[in-house]
Amino acid sequence: MKTGDTLPAMELPPITRTTLALYAGASGDHNPMHIDLDQCRAVGVDDVFAHGMLSMAYLGRLVTNWVPQERVRSYKVRFAAITPVNTAPVCTGTVTSVENGLAHLDLKAELPDGTVTLLGSAVVTAG
Amino acid sequence: MQLSPSIVGSRVPEHDALVERGRLRFFAKATGQTDPLYTDLDAAEAAGHRDLPVPPTFFFCLDMDRPNPSGFYTELGIDPRSLLHGEEEFTYHAMAYAGDTLHFRTTVTDVYAKKGGALQFLVRTTEVTRDGEPIATLTNNVVIRQLPGASA
Repeated sequence: MKTGDTLPAMELPPITRTTLALYAGASGDHNPMHIDLDQCRAVGVDDVFAHGMLSMAYLGRLVTNWVPQERVRSYKVRFAAITPVNTAPVCTGTVTSVENGLAHLDLKAELPDGTVTLLGSAVVTAG
Repeated sequence: MQLSPSIVGSRVPEHDALVERGRLRFFAKATGQTDPLYTDLDAAEAAGHRDLPVPPTFFFCLDMDRPNPSGFYTELGIDPRSLLHGEEEFTYHAMAYAGDTLHFRTTVTDVYAKKGGALQFLVRTTEVTRDGEPIATLTNNVVIRQLPGASA
């Protein structure tokens, strides 16, 4: 593990309304903005959009596919843009430094049109 | 609706959440997780775990398993539909597993506004413990925006 290493990119299938319904149930986040078109329109929003935490779960999976989860010390993201329904995020990551036995990763979720939806970072034990 | 800085330091009612295997399997399905370590007890044990592990972001979900999860917002006069998730951070102290009962203790740690109050930010920190042992720390930053179609 060294600076500049890249994690194998993860291309997700499109996030469908079914994906959002399942994630709402599994996560316990029942905010109607993710599952109920009528509620969205009632407040002037055109369509449902994905839970930010769904993309954070994807980006976390990028990390735990690469190192066992027990080596993940911290993980954070900033939600930079909404993920519209029926878009397919791509998750990528890069090692930015390795020092004192810890590797620092930069993480990103991006849509095919170039919109960056999540910018994140993680610290894992370099093992 | 403007949030008062005086809510910094206030607490959300503490709660306990039991981690259930079935719920972890449902979460794995919903997030496209196909590694059997997260759904199959034999695979988890073969990898050195005592039960199905709680995946990195699932602590956030367990935190929402409180009675009336949007009650914190509605009591402050915030429409849950106006919320956008700004940032989320997890620091991990120890692994947690199905069968664990985890304790959640949340404090409001910051409140601030941008764009002349059009966007307000609310930061909360949650300590997750198991029988007093630190498991994870969550820092949650939500944005409260003015909804285009809603009356102020």
